[in-house]
Amino acid sequence: MKKVVQSAAEALEQVGLKDGATVLVGGFGLCGIPENLILALRELGVKDLTVVSNNAGVDDFGLGLLLQTRQIRKMVSSYVGENKLFEKQFLDGELEVEFVPQGTLAERLRAGGAGIGGFYTPTGYGTPVAEGKETREIDGRMYVLEKPIRGDLALVKAHLGDTHGNLIYRKTARNFNAPVATAGKITIAEVEQLVPVGDLDPDQVHTPSIFVNMLLKGAHYEKRIEQRTTR
Amino acid sequence: MKSGSSRELLAKRAAQELRDGYYVNLGIGIPTLVANYVPEGMTVVLHSENGLLGIGPFPEDGEVDADLINAGKQTVTALPGASYFDSATSFSMIRGGHIDLAILGALEVSQAGDIANWMVPGKMIKGMGGAMDLVAGAQRVVVVMTHNDKSGASKLLKECTLPLTGKSCIDLVITEKAVFEVDKQGRELVLIEKDPDLSLEEIRACTEANFRVALKD
Repeated sequence: MKKVVQSAAEALEQVGLKDGATVLVGGFGLCGIPENLILALRELGVKDLTVVSNNAGVDDFGLGLLLQTRQIRKMVSSYVGENKLFEKQFLDGELEVEFVPQGTLAERLRAGGAGIGGFYTPTGYGTPVAEGKETREIDGRMYVLEKPIRGDLALVKAHLGDTHGNLIYRKTARNFNAPVATAGKITIAEVEQLVPVGDLDPDQVHTPSIFVNMLLKGAHYEKRIEQRTTR
Repeated sequence: MKSGSSRELLAKRAAQELRDGYYVNLGIGIPTLVANYVPEGMTVVLHSENGLLGIGPFPEDGEVDADLINAGKQTVTALPGASYFDSATSFSMIRGGHIDLAILGALEVSQAGDIANWMVPGKMIKGMGGAMDLVAGAQRVVVVMTHNDKSGASKLLKECTLPLTGKSCIDLVITEKAVFEVDKQGRELVLIEKDPDLSLEEIRACTEANFRVALKD
C-alpha cells in the first residue's frame, strides 16, 4: 500500500483533475482547511470547478485564492459572508452559487459517502430552499427530499495521519472534513504530522483509512485566524 | 422590559429562558451575550454548530488556538466536559431535537411563528448558515430582536414579507418593548410582558401582528 505522496502538487498530478470537475473541500471558515492542497489546485490551473465547501474563504486565503484566479464557476455553500471577491464575482454573474443549509450540506455529503440516495429533512420546508423539491408528510410533520453530494475529488486536512491514511482531527478543525473525506471518488488528505502505521490508537481514529486514497504532510501551515477574539 | 434598553437587557431577559441542564445554541450578536447571564448555580452546555459542546470564554492572549473557534469564527475555549465532533454529527444534535433551546435574531417574525432572517431580495445574500436547521430542529426557539426596523416598521407581522428561514417554528419573541409567546394553533401572538412605561395602545401602534393580551405580573 502506497498512499503517501511527497507534496500536494504530486497528489493532484496523480489525480489528473479535469476542468469542470466537482471538488469537495473540508473546513469551517478558515479552520481546518486543506491550505496546501488549495494552493496546489491554484498552481494546477484547472478551471470551471464546482466547489462544495461550507464557506468560500477570505479574499486572500483559503478558497478565496481560487476565486482570485477565476477557477471556480459554482460554489455550493451555506455561508459566504466573509469574501468581497466572492460578492463581486457573484454580482457580475461570473460565479454561480447554490446555498444549502449547513446541516443539509453536511448530511448530503454524509449521504454521498454512505451510499444513501437521499433523505427527508424538516430543514427548509416552506422556504426558498424547498422550491422544486419533493416534500412529504411523515408522522404529521413536513419534510423536504434532499439528494446526496459526491465529488470527483475530496480535499481534507487533519492534524495527524498514519501512512495507511487513518486520520485524527484536532478540536473544531474536524467540522466538514470528516463527512467530506467520505464523499470523494478520490480523497486526498493533508496532515500536520505524518506518523508510521501503529502509532495511532485505533480507538482514537476519526476517519478510517479506507476513505483516504492519498495523503501528504503539508509543507507549510499558516492556520490563519479569521476573528481573533480574546478575553 | 424597560424602554430604550440596551443589548445587555435583551440578553438578560433571554437568559430567563435557560434551565439547569439545558443544551443551548446561541446565535451571533445579542444572543451570544446571553452566555454572560447564566444564573449562578445553573449548568447549561453551549453548542456551537461547527462542532463543539461546552463553549468556554474567549481565550487569554497566549491561549488563542486556530483549531478552536465558534460558529461566528471567533477564537474560543472549551470548558471541562466539552466534546468535539464533525458537522454531520453536530446537525444530528440540532435536527434530532437534542438541543433544548436555540436563541437567535430575526428580520421578521409572523404571528404564526414563521421567521425570516437570511435574505433581503436585491441585497447580497450571504447564506443561511445553520439557521434553517436550528429553527426546524431545536425543541424551543426564541427570537431576540428590535421591535421595529430602522424606518419604524413593525418586525412582528401578520405574514412575513421576506423569504422565510422556517415556518411555524418560533416559540417566543423578546423585543425591547415586549415579550410575546406564539400560539401556533391560533396563529396569533400572546403578549405576556411589556415595558411598563408603554401603554397597551402604544404596543398595538408599533405592532402589525395580531396579539391577545395575557400579561404576567
